[in-house]
Order: sequence, then structure tokens, then C-alpha cells
Amino acid sequence: MQAPLLTLTDIRKSFGGVRALAGVNLELHPGSITALLGENGAGKSTLVKILSGVHQPDSGVIHFNGGDARIDSPTVARDLGIGVVHQECLVFDQLSIAENLFVNAHPRRRGTVDWDSLHARAQTVLDELGAGFSAHAPAASLSIAQKHVVQIARALVNDSRLLILDEPTASLSQRECAELFRIARKLRDAGCALLFITHRFEEIFELADRYAVFRDGASVGAGRLADTGREELIRLMVGRPVEQLFPKQAVAPGEVLLRVENLGRAGEFEGVSFTLRRGEVLGIYGLVGAGRSELAQVLFGVQRADCGSVTARGDIALVPEDRQGQGSILPFSVAANIALPNLAALAPNGWMHAQRERQLAQQWIGTLAIKAENPAQPVRDLSGGNQQKVVLAKWLARNPAVLILDEPTKGIDVGAKAAVHQVTTEFAAAGHGVILISSELPEIIAMSDRVLVMRRGRLRGEFSREAATPAALLRAASDA
Amino acid sequence: MTHAARKRGSQVARRDLQFALLTLALLAAVVWAFPGFASPDNLAALLDDTAILVMLALGQMLVILVRGIDLSVAANLALCGMLAALFNRAFPELGVLPVLALTLAAGGLLGALNGILVWKLRLPPIVVTLGTMSVYRGVIYLLSGGEWVNDNEMSPAFVAFTRAEFLGLTSLSWLALICAVAFMLLLRRLPLARNFYAAGGNPEAAAYSGIDAGRMQFLAYVVCGAIAGLAGYLWVARFAVAYTDIALGFELQVIAACLIGGVAIGGGVGSALGVVLGCLFLGIIRNSLPLVGISAFWQMFINGMVILAAVLLSARQQRQPRTTTLEVARD
Repeated sequence: MQAPLLTLTDIRKSFGGVRALAGVNLELHPGSITALLGENGAGKSTLVKILSGVHQPDSGVIHFNGGDARIDSPTVARDLGIGVVHQECLVFDQLSIAENLFVNAHPRRRGTVDWDSLHARAQTVLDELGAGFSAHAPAASLSIAQKHVVQIARALVNDSRLLILDEPTASLSQRECAELFRIARKLRDAGCALLFITHRFEEIFELADRYAVFRDGASVGAGRLADTGREELIRLMVGRPVEQLFPKQAVAPGEVLLRVENLGRAGEFEGVSFTLRRGEVLGIYGLVGAGRSELAQVLFGVQRADCGSVTARGDIALVPEDRQGQGSILPFSVAANIALPNLAALAPNGWMHAQRERQLAQQWIGTLAIKAENPAQPVRDLSGGNQQKVVLAKWLARNPAVLILDEPTKGIDVGAKAAVHQVTTEFAAAGHGVILISSELPEIIAMSDRVLVMRRGRLRGEFSREAATPAALLRAASDA
Repeated sequence: MTHAARKRGSQVARRDLQFALLTLALLAAVVWAFPGFASPDNLAALLDDTAILVMLALGQMLVILVRGIDLSVAANLALCGMLAALFNRAFPELGVLPVLALTLAAGGLLGALNGILVWKLRLPPIVVTLGTMSVYRGVIYLLSGGEWVNDNEMSPAFVAFTRAEFLGLTSLSWLALICAVAFMLLLRRLPLARNFYAAGGNPEAAAYSGIDAGRMQFLAYVVCGAIAGLAGYLWVARFAVAYTDIALGFELQVIAACLIGGVAIGGGVGSALGVVLGCLFLGIIRNSLPLVGISAFWQMFINGMVILAAVLLSARQQRQPRTTTLEVARD
């Protein structure tokens, strides 16, 4: 076997105190496709950002093509020959395909763009890939699969020797996947090293020949796929003790609070039916893009359903996934944020009373142990965990019948996490219903009385607390 | 974080205080050079002169708070002013009250038109009001046939209303003061006002709190339009003439007063006190420069510099360290 093209040694990266990568090692070989596996939050995307020059590692060594490399900007990554096909399809719709291929690297002649050479080279690369569309067409006319091909072509134009495919198949049809795989194999045979990120096990075994598994920001296993199997990979991905930060209170479920029947929204989810009982914490597990957040938005009413019905006894509150963009108004004070959904209660006779507003905030700062200097402090200045507590407080203060928590502990520290878990279980025990959406298996398993698993917009299984093992949930969520 | 946090917590109040001191300093400087400027008569005249600007700027502030802008205020003012003048010419015996009601309603309707286009059709506010600005001016021409309505065609009561004095201030000044106090009180105490700030501060989070940001924009345009309509009558009565081009370009002064007064052009931040101070600041400059013998062209230059300075000041205060807490989240 040849020497590896890329070797990562002990790469570490933190964001504002939150550890994203905690010692990653990785080897990528020319002429080989390596599948990168890991749960949501395992650090895959952070690694991609480091390799593409968007983020810099805090420590660790990147060895590329026989020398140490410092990838401190996307331009450096491009010049080194690292190309990325992003999940989100980063293509300029208003430009032609040819222009897309040469963004920021236009061939020049006497200081101006050499359009003839640009179009000719673009068409050559597209033909090599067997793309079947013209370089002159506007990028907006392409399908998502074709845009992935454009991104690959862009990498080829830059003479990339390492190509990263970041979940490219998430929104592709079977036929489009096959086409993408054909191109990937062609590049492998030409001597490129490919890093392939996906959640679908069948694709891993179909396309890749090597694997690497991340868990909680660290590498936990790597090798040749021929020497391993599906079960072993799942074991590596979830293989950690289910830590219970705050014990779930056992509650006998009461009457039905929420009944969802055949709920659907075009392109997002369909045929979703379930019930939620008083005192119950219902977990909804799934991978990114499974349609869980979209379901929550419809239940809460920010989005409309296309079909189906929702019957609720009482009101529904949602603590959204994006606490800074959707959950809170950052320049507002803690008090003003908590007051926002409770204005009617705070102004019974039509007048706001600053005093009453401050008292409400003070009360929740105490109850949830929010680390804020005073109720007038802007939410922007709080840590992530305390921001999340403010978002929780603003809805708990309304005392809703049903509380939906969408990734409530994402990116927050352990202490805040335990606090959120405590509030969750106490709120349910007090006779409310809680829907907990989380990508974290240990959290879902520890907190839920019952777990629903969503995959590609549909419910794919229901597990009692006893039956909800990490392997069973992951298998249901990822087609394994 | 502690010290900076406290500072930002009362940032708007601090800015208002600083700006009040600055305005006082400007006034003191002018008075030092021209002691006559401080005479009660002159200060009352200054207030009278700034009154319409204050009212319009308060309405405009509401629109900017919810991430909109109203370029059509001056055209709305001129159209409603013409309506008032024509109405008065046709029914001079009806007095002022119906005129007030008419202009408020007509202005509110014109504002509602802006609001509907922004809310329901989701058109960009600057484009909508740029369009209606021209449309409203055009309608004045259609109504009046390009004719002027002069003071000899206005009933005495119609003209006298704005000039009536009470405790040394004109009714115009009193109206502006009442507007200012009402805005300060209502913005602080009305639950609806909180929704305006929320809708401008973060429309998405507002939606996730059950607030329709589009509806808030609509309401802001209606209020802004109604004030502009009323100001139309006041303007026409004060200058005792109505024609197509009154208050031409005045919308820019109104917006400038808001920005100088600390209203963030991106929405969500602003106070009634700040806006009033912004108007007074512009008023002092406008009324004192002729004393110094500076031409109107220099006035424009100085106004512009003041706006840039004010915006620079606000931008420096509002600049935030980049947040990183959620960056790790997309994995």
C-alpha cells in the first residue's frame, strides 16, 4: 500500500468552551474511498470545515502529500488540492455552470477573463465526468444531483487530489446516487483519495473500501471494510455507557393530551400518527433531515400541515432547535424575553408593569438557576446553556399542556444539560406532556418513557423504554 | 462579560442621556454666541418649527423599528394636506374637527396601502414606499389639477387652529408634545409595543413566540400614515397654502432625525425620547445656522455630517463580539 495522502494526528478543536473535536486521527489513501461514520454531533462536520480551511484546529498535526500543512483559508485548501462537495449544494444559481467551476480561479489572458478557454475547459471536465449537460447552461437549471456533480467538477478543475463528499446522497434518488457513485469510483481509479460521509450503511458497503468512526469528537476505530461488518460499526458508533445525568422520574401516564393523526407536510414528512399522554416524555429520535423539527414546527403552528389532524387538550409550546435565531431575541433583556409569550398575563388591564415583569424573570432565574446578573441583562451576553434556560423559562411560565423540546441540550455544558433534564422530567411529572426531540441517543434513552424513530419523513418504529436500546434506535433511524 | 453586559443592558437609555447632553451643549454653544437665541419667544418658535418633524419622526420610528421604512410620508402629508384644503374650500362652515378626522383617516388608509403591500405581498418596504411616494404625489395633481389652494380660499378657523396659543406654546407645539409623551408612555407600557420591538429585533424568534411580524409592520405603517395625514393638515394650515410639491423631500429629514436619534436602521432598537432629541438637534442647527450667516447649502452639508456621525456612534455601540456557541451545533 502507498503512503497515505493525508494523515491527521490528534486534531483538537473547541468552540467557546464546547469541545467539538477531542483528538481525531485519520489516514486517507490515494485510490481509496474512506467512509466516515458517526452520530450527529460526533465531529464530522467540524472535521470537514477544518480540512476545507473554514476552521483552524486548536492543536494537532495535518500531514498532506508528504509535508506538514497549515490550512488557514479555503484558498489554501483549494491550492493544496482539497475539494469539498457540500451537503447544502453550494452553487451560484445565477452564474453559468462554467463560471461556477472557475469561481475565484478564472483563467486569464492579459488581465481579463479568458472566456473561450473557461468554457472549453469546463466542458472538457464535464464530459470526462460523463455529466451530460452543457457548461453554458445556468446553474439554476440543474437538479440537486447535478449540482453535486458541478461541485465535483469544480474540485477537478482545481486539480484536487482529495475529495470530501459530505452527505451528498441525503436528497438524491436511487438512480442519481448510482450516477454519483460511478463518478466517485472513476475518481478513485484515477488516484484520488475520497472521504465519504453518509448515514446509510448500504451505501458504505457499496462504495467505500475503508472506514473511520468518530464518537464524541474522537476517532474510535478505522480500518478496511472487508475486515468488519455492520454490527461492529454500529457498536463503535454508539459504544458508550448511557450516562444518566439526572434520573428520570417514573410516572404512570394519564389521559391523552395530544392526538396526531396522519399528519403530513409536502416534502418534509407524511403519515405521522401518535398520541401523547399526561405525565409522559415522548422521545423522537432520528438523523438530521428526518423531518423531526419540521414536525415540531407544524405541531406548534409556525408551519401549516397539508393533511392530517392535531387534537390537543390545552396549548402547545415549542423550544426550538435554534435558540439564538428562533428561541430568543438576543438584544432583549432576560426579563423581556421571558415576558414575550406572557404579555397578556403580565398586563391584565392593558398596561405593562415593569415591576411585575422583573418579578417573573427573577422567579425563573431562581427556579432554573439562570446565571444572569439581573433580569435587565441582554440574553446575548449569557452562555449557551443559560440562553437555553431563558428560552425554557419563557415557555414554562405559560404553563402549557404540551411542551416540545427540539434538541434542548445541543452544544450546552454538562451542568446546564442536567438542569434541562431535571426541568423536563419534573414538568412531565407535574401532569404535562413533553415531546423530546434529540439526536443524542443517551439523552433520548435516559429521558423518554417511549421513543418514536423518524427516518426520511416517516415514523419507522416505536419503542417502549425497555426496548429502546442504542443499537435498536440507530438501526431504525439509519436503514441499517 | 460583567461590566460590558451592564453597559449594554441600559445602552439605549445611556445613549439617550448622552445625546440629551450633546443637544444641550449645542444649544448652550449657540446661546453663548447669540444670547437672543435663548429667549422664551425664540425657543417657543423653535419648538413650533420642529413640531411637525417630531410627529412624523415618531411615526417613522415605528416603521423602522419593524425593519421597514416609509419614503412616502412626505407625499402622504402633501396629499392629505391637499385633501384638507379642498374639503375646507368645499365645506368652510364645518370647522376643524371633521378636517382632523378626515386627514387622520385618509393618512391611515394611505399607510395601510403601504402596509398591505409589505405584509401580504412581502414586497421590500423601500421599493413599496418609493413607488407609493410617486403615486401619492401624482394623485395630488389629479385632485387639484395642479392648482394652488391659497389662504384666501381657507376658512379663518382652518388657518387659526395651528396658531392658537396656550401657555405660550402654539397648538402645533402642544400636539407634538402630546405625541411625544404618548409614544414614550405607550412604547414602554403597551404589550403591543413589545411586539413591535420583538418583530424588528428578530422576526423569526417573534414568529416562534406567536407574533406575526408582518402584521406588526402593517400596524406601524397605518400609525405612521395616520400621523402623516394629520401633519398634512397642520402643514397646510401653518403655511396657509396647499400645492402639489409641499414638503418635497421632507421624508429624508424625517428619516435622518430618526437615525440621529438612535433608531437602528436594521430595526428593533429605538426610543421615543431619542427621536424627539434627534428632531430638536436638527431644529437647533437649522434655526441657528442662518444667525451665523451660513447658507442653506452648508446646512445640508452639516446635516449630512451629523447623520454620519450619529450612525457611526450607534454602530460602534452596537457592535458585538461574534458568538460562537452555536457554531459547533451543525454536525
